[in-house]
Amino acid sequence: MTGGRLRNAGGGRIDRTRPLRFRFNGRDYDGFEGDTLASALLAHGVRLTARSFKYHRPRGIVGAGVEEPSSFVELSGQAESGNQPITTVRLRDGLEARAVNCWPSPGFDLLAVNQAVARLLPAGFYYKTFMWPSWHAFEPAIRRAAGLAAAPRQERREERYETRHGHCDVLVVGAGPAGLMAALAAARSGARVLLADDGPEPGGALLGCSARLDGRPALDWVAEATAALDGMANVTRLSEATVWAYREANLLLVAERAPAPAHLVERSWRVRAGRVVVASGAIERPLVFADNDRPGVMLTSAARSYATRYAVRPGGRALVFANNSSAYGAAADLQAAGVEIAAVVDSRPQVPDAAAALLPGVEILAGHVVSRAHGARAVSGATVRPAAGGAGRRIACDLLCVSGGWNPAVHLYSQSRSPLRYDEGIAAFVPAEPAAQPVVCAGAAAGRFGLAEVLADGAERGRRAAEALGFAAPAVDPPAAEASLPLAIEPLWHAAPEGGAEGADRKAFLDLQHDVTVADIRLALREGFGAVEHAKRYTTAGMGIDQGKTGNINVIGTLAAEQGLRLEEVGTTTFRSPFVPVAFGALAGARQESVVLPYRHTPITAWNKARGAVMYEAGARWRRPGYFPLPGESFQEAVNRESRAVRFGAGVYDGSPLGKFEIKGPDAPRLLDLLYSNLFATLKTGMGRYGLMLTEDGLILDDGVTFKLGEEHYLMSSSTAHADEVYRHMERVLQVERPDWRVWVTPVTAQWSNATLCGPRARELLAALGTDIDLAPEAFPFMGLRDGQVAGLPARVCRVSFTGELSFEINVRSRDAAALWERIMAAAEPFGLTPIGSEANHVLRVEKGFLSLGHEVDGTADPVDLGMAWILSKKKPDYIGKRALEIRRARGAPRRELVGLLTEDPQRLVVEGAPLTPGGARAASEGFVSASVWSVVRERSVALGLLMDGRARIGQRAHIRIKGEVVPAEIVAPCFHDPEGALLRS
Amino acid sequence: MLVIPCPFCGPRNESEFVYGGPVKPRRPEDPAALSDAAWVDYLTVPPNPQGPLPETWWHLRGCGRWVTVTRDTVTHEILPEDGT
Repeated sequence: MTGGRLRNAGGGRIDRTRPLRFRFNGRDYDGFEGDTLASALLAHGVRLTARSFKYHRPRGIVGAGVEEPSSFVELSGQAESGNQPITTVRLRDGLEARAVNCWPSPGFDLLAVNQAVARLLPAGFYYKTFMWPSWHAFEPAIRRAAGLAAAPRQERREERYETRHGHCDVLVVGAGPAGLMAALAAARSGARVLLADDGPEPGGALLGCSARLDGRPALDWVAEATAALDGMANVTRLSEATVWAYREANLLLVAERAPAPAHLVERSWRVRAGRVVVASGAIERPLVFADNDRPGVMLTSAARSYATRYAVRPGGRALVFANNSSAYGAAADLQAAGVEIAAVVDSRPQVPDAAAALLPGVEILAGHVVSRAHGARAVSGATVRPAAGGAGRRIACDLLCVSGGWNPAVHLYSQSRSPLRYDEGIAAFVPAEPAAQPVVCAGAAAGRFGLAEVLADGAERGRRAAEALGFAAPAVDPPAAEASLPLAIEPLWHAAPEGGAEGADRKAFLDLQHDVTVADIRLALREGFGAVEHAKRYTTAGMGIDQGKTGNINVIGTLAAEQGLRLEEVGTTTFRSPFVPVAFGALAGARQESVVLPYRHTPITAWNKARGAVMYEAGARWRRPGYFPLPGESFQEAVNRESRAVRFGAGVYDGSPLGKFEIKGPDAPRLLDLLYSNLFATLKTGMGRYGLMLTEDGLILDDGVTFKLGEEHYLMSSSTAHADEVYRHMERVLQVERPDWRVWVTPVTAQWSNATLCGPRARELLAALGTDIDLAPEAFPFMGLRDGQVAGLPARVCRVSFTGELSFEINVRSRDAAALWERIMAAAEPFGLTPIGSEANHVLRVEKGFLSLGHEVDGTADPVDLGMAWILSKKKPDYIGKRALEIRRARGAPRRELVGLLTEDPQRLVVEGAPLTPGGARAASEGFVSASVWSVVRERSVALGLLMDGRARIGQRAHIRIKGEVVPAEIVAPCFHDPEGALLRS
Repeated sequence: MLVIPCPFCGPRNESEFVYGGPVKPRRPEDPAALSDAAWVDYLTVPPNPQGPLPETWWHLRGCGRWVTVTRDTVTHEILPEDGT
């Protein structure tokens, strides 16, 4: 294995003893440990790696890291994921990748036809073209044509994401020269330091050049500094960890892409930092000329990095086009790696001697520009002409290195809401004071480019960050660096061909990711979208995966040049997170499904399951038995059997999930009278009362029974679904509205469990269980509560009924629930007792017309709508919801009211939620079916509904509109069984 | 994510709290004494300034207290009790 024909035999940070095989677009290649997918492909001479987003033009590799604007891949197999910059995919054995946005391959792409119709696809074309009848009619096809990678198809079964909270005194972003110095300086003070670097090994820009420190290779110093940091207990160092967002209160989000242990795909960190030092370096920007997107046009720093870090010759003969001196050292490194330098084209009229001296014998064309790249699927040469105008000449090359200057990576600083300013000296935006949060940039991220200056700046920023937090930071001496060339940049925003000259009609790209050209910016300006944020949205420049890391400043420069403005007058767009693509899985971490919202169980869940119950989630994440089918029994048969047992014999259900609250204190009666619409002050000890709780806007919040246990002591029950909401409501009233009241509320839902015996034989059954409570109706009336012993267990028995039958709710300590249940079942035999699930409960309450949260109480109903005006106290001067209810009622507008519905075909069960429309017409609904069940007492289907002016229409006909048909139903009173309530009081 | 100072638990992540809305005037002792318009205003017009705003947060996943903090709606900064 050679790792590619363009691979040098020596040098680089790759491990030639560890060859790796991988597949790209269906072809096999090899590379080495330490390669990226980009470096390994370049080593094999693969130039065409992508098609562009809009025009499907051939594209290659432009960068060497997160800045890559052009080539994105989709990984398949176990590590399936989409839209990865090709330059940040670490090579591993068996990697399978393919280019996004081309079909079937980048070499033969069917949508390349877009290039021919490019004239029809100007900026903003889809806003203008796809207007009729609606954008949504076109969207799917456009998404398919312009889309990037597809979402992964396979679920990852073995691998997991994880989220971790981190806390540190000083967070250092980037482990390049500035970041390492900052981390060392801060760590020596004893401060807790977190150092996060996005690369697999530390060193930053030092990895991609041949610099020396203390007279030795710079990476020797990097290794020593890293070892020193790793030896300190107060330092945490993360690699392959990108800090991708800066949020309020110094919260930074970090995506760690290769965390231990191995089953983790990615770990997401939320780091709350005392101070932040951003040492994220700088990103080179390209130069703008005709056809500057051809494969083989590459950032000079990227070409240098491939040559030095990966020992890959990114081309055989390179032409360098620059407007600053940084390209000369890079060209020298390329030359040293065996790349022929055809010439250096420098737009500056004068090239500093010290720069030219780095490339002895190389032709240097000062005051010249590249006005056009040649070649289609790979660059084959360039037209070079004097910047001042004049005849061009063609120079052959297979690599065109461009260097348009350096943009400090101010993304995180800007995300912290701190300001930027334009620095004329380096023709770039740099951090400005004052920072909005405790953050500072160091080194190249602050616009300092000389290596000695970068190291000193890092040390200084790290020391000051620790000192600002009260740590005594000793001075740390940076290693000695050779003097660097001054950048000496002269901005060049567009190497424009002269009017009519060759290339004038060719595209010059500003944003490769979204195919935004100089002509698109001019169009935006002509159409009045000249403000930088408008131009961004109109042209989509700076959007997408790379967020304009290479292109944005050229867009701003072009906007400025076209309007005769200075760059600071144009300003920047908002830098947004994420800085790099982050997997949704990493954001969620382990918080999926039942980890986010765990299910709640009652103590008899195991018994239910053993009895073959079909378990449902029945509100508020409680898992409850829906029904208990016998062998061979259908759903409806089981529900009918359970319902009949309650109506004609005895049933038992587990009512434990009902919300329960103990309310204590001298002001407890006042609280109840404020919360409930009816009067509670008159309640006697040992008795309960049904109450309705309203929101302040006069709608129903909850219903339930509250018992008086003693003076100043109450037990409130709420619906299962709204127990949490009721607690919040009570705490808010007590803590915010009435903090002076002496009341204490304790949720006791989990402390009490209950078994509710119901049906005509419930009293006999309870007596058979053995109890010291007098069960005679006059001694223990409806709505009574008695403490005593039941089946040998301490119990609190309540006579409430949700089924309309005689009922005893036996409450015991939750630890006794299973024993109680077993004893009930042991005693049940002679009574034909049946356990019933939530489905039968639903049938029984609908037969009675009892309201249910989520059915009749849908957040819009008030008590009068549900026929419960009787529960609104006329004696109480105030209760929550009273005033709003009065105002609503005074308006007298027609409202939806609770009614019963009997379908004309008694066998017909309609779906719950079906709309009621006037005459069954296809028109706005006048209500809906809130519940619909098979009634075992009426032996027919019955339904409840909310219908406009329903009570006045009893006896008339309503129309239920179901897909494709209209079901007529008689409007009746909303109660189908024992309307006087004699049974439940029996 | 904000850091919200809880008088019982100290500075805690926003994710431990449930938002309770801006601090409104204390609920009238006798709502019947208010005009309809005044009541509707009390009920439906919350303070919505650009700048410091006293608001309530419920420390649900913590001590259970309702706390009042003043937050600058422009900068998200949590200000000291007096709003300065």
